[in-house]
Amino acid sequence: MSMELRTSPHQHSGRDVPTIMRNVVYAMLPICAFSVWQFGLSAAALILVVTASCLVAERINNLIRGTSSSLSDWSATITGVILALTLPPSFPLWMGAVSGFAAIWLGKSLFGGLGQNPFNPALVGRAFVQAAFPTAISTWVPAFSSQRFNEFIPTSLTAPFMTPPDIALWVKQQGIDAFTGATPLARWKFENITPSSMDFLTGHITASAGETSAILILLCGLYLAARKFLDWRIPVAVLGSAMLLAWVFHLAQPLRYPTPSFVLLSGGLMLGAWFMATDMATSPVTPRGIWLYGALIGILTVVIRYFGGLTEGVMYAILIANATASLLDQFNQPRILGGKRGKS
Amino acid sequence: MSAITSFDEFLNGLWKQNPIFVMVLGMCPTLAVTVSAVNAISMGLATTFVLGASCLLVSLLRNSIPKQVRIASYIVIIATFVTVVDYAIQAISLDLYVALGAYIKLIVANCVLLGRAEAHAAKNPPLPATTNAIGMGLGFTLGLFMIGCVREILGAGKLFGVSLFGDHFQPWVVMVLPPGGFFVLGFWLIVIAAFSHFSSKRNAQLKGVQL
Repeated sequence: MSMELRTSPHQHSGRDVPTIMRNVVYAMLPICAFSVWQFGLSAAALILVVTASCLVAERINNLIRGTSSSLSDWSATITGVILALTLPPSFPLWMGAVSGFAAIWLGKSLFGGLGQNPFNPALVGRAFVQAAFPTAISTWVPAFSSQRFNEFIPTSLTAPFMTPPDIALWVKQQGIDAFTGATPLARWKFENITPSSMDFLTGHITASAGETSAILILLCGLYLAARKFLDWRIPVAVLGSAMLLAWVFHLAQPLRYPTPSFVLLSGGLMLGAWFMATDMATSPVTPRGIWLYGALIGILTVVIRYFGGLTEGVMYAILIANATASLLDQFNQPRILGGKRGKS
Repeated sequence: MSAITSFDEFLNGLWKQNPIFVMVLGMCPTLAVTVSAVNAISMGLATTFVLGASCLLVSLLRNSIPKQVRIASYIVIIATFVTVVDYAIQAISLDLYVALGAYIKLIVANCVLLGRAEAHAAKNPPLPATTNAIGMGLGFTLGLFMIGCVREILGAGKLFGVSLFGDHFQPWVVMVLPPGGFFVLGFWLIVIAAFSHFSSKRNAQLKGVQL
């Protein structure tokens, strides 16, 4: 009789990286579908091109390093989809491809691939194009234009390395008179006008491809949290701290600062809290570290929005918090069972 | 024999011990003034002149400089030539002078210069010292030029001020910003590291040596 000696764990839940990643992609499909319904062909093409460029970048990296294909772990797909959802729908496709390559190479491959990256790759890609093409990334188009399924937004099909055309004429042809080309956050910041919460819930706003319907993002995120594919504490900490800080400001000066619900629903806070802050490789693992990390994102977002030069601060808030993740873990080690208080 | 060694000294700085890509020295001008190819080349040549002249002088004076004050003496010598270059550039082209800004004066703090004076010129006779210094200077120029080309092509769609892609080119703003300098420097470091990795592998295969 032979006896096999094994160390724990003896039972595996069957969950591995590809399963988790695949389910996150599934959870994002409704958001993608809503984005396509809202912005038409351009949004669909943007999502496909950015995702494809991420996959190509990942494959090239495999070939250079001589490792087996890592496309099947779905992590490059997820980076591509998240990245596409944070870009404006009228973003030129070639710039989308640039951001995809930047995301995979600068954000992930350089650090050693999946699990080694200190920063969320999708946000690294977005930060790169934000710095490279500041005009294109802050050009917004109205949602639900009548011809959206028949024609591209003219800027989408800009030839590679060329400047996108001026979009004002096209917007006028859509029969929209009062389009300001500004996101709700920009309108609040520069004109002190806030749209109703209803518009945020139904997506009748100008915004990035995937951040328009807060309620849909919330549902998809809740699905992931319920199936334990993401840590529910992170979005709760992000949204809670942002809301609390916004509420304090609103109470102090109701005319100057918007309501907490505006802060929660506008911009990329919802999408960032559920899908970007929760990236497992870039968030802390200790319980107290997780709460602090989420709170840091929420506070930084509100501070950047209220006092910074930018209209939206979620991207930089998450990137800065990513940088602190390992420190937060180090300073918040839980007490070992039976260990003395105050000693780790 | 002596001719061959001095040519080796020259090549050494140009490629094998390139100050930017191999020794990673002089990063301040490398990142700051490489937004265009012209800026990069003029910065490189100014540095080459200061490097050659000061190493010659240091080498000539190497036996009369007391050990205790050698660093201060080298700095005085280098600063003299930097002042000459500073006035010369100002006289030749005011535009260039404005574009390079404080970085001409900062040549004096460039660690390539002090490094060469301390590590090479102070220990060698004038001829090899000067050859080595000029090789290093040209290697520095080559490195700056390689970075400057990429940054100018992507950041402005131009090379030496000549437009390459027509009027509708979309400049990559990040390339003329400080992060662009880091990105392009890192890109070249990767390319050169990969190149030397593959060539050493091939050499080993040719000789039949197991790495």
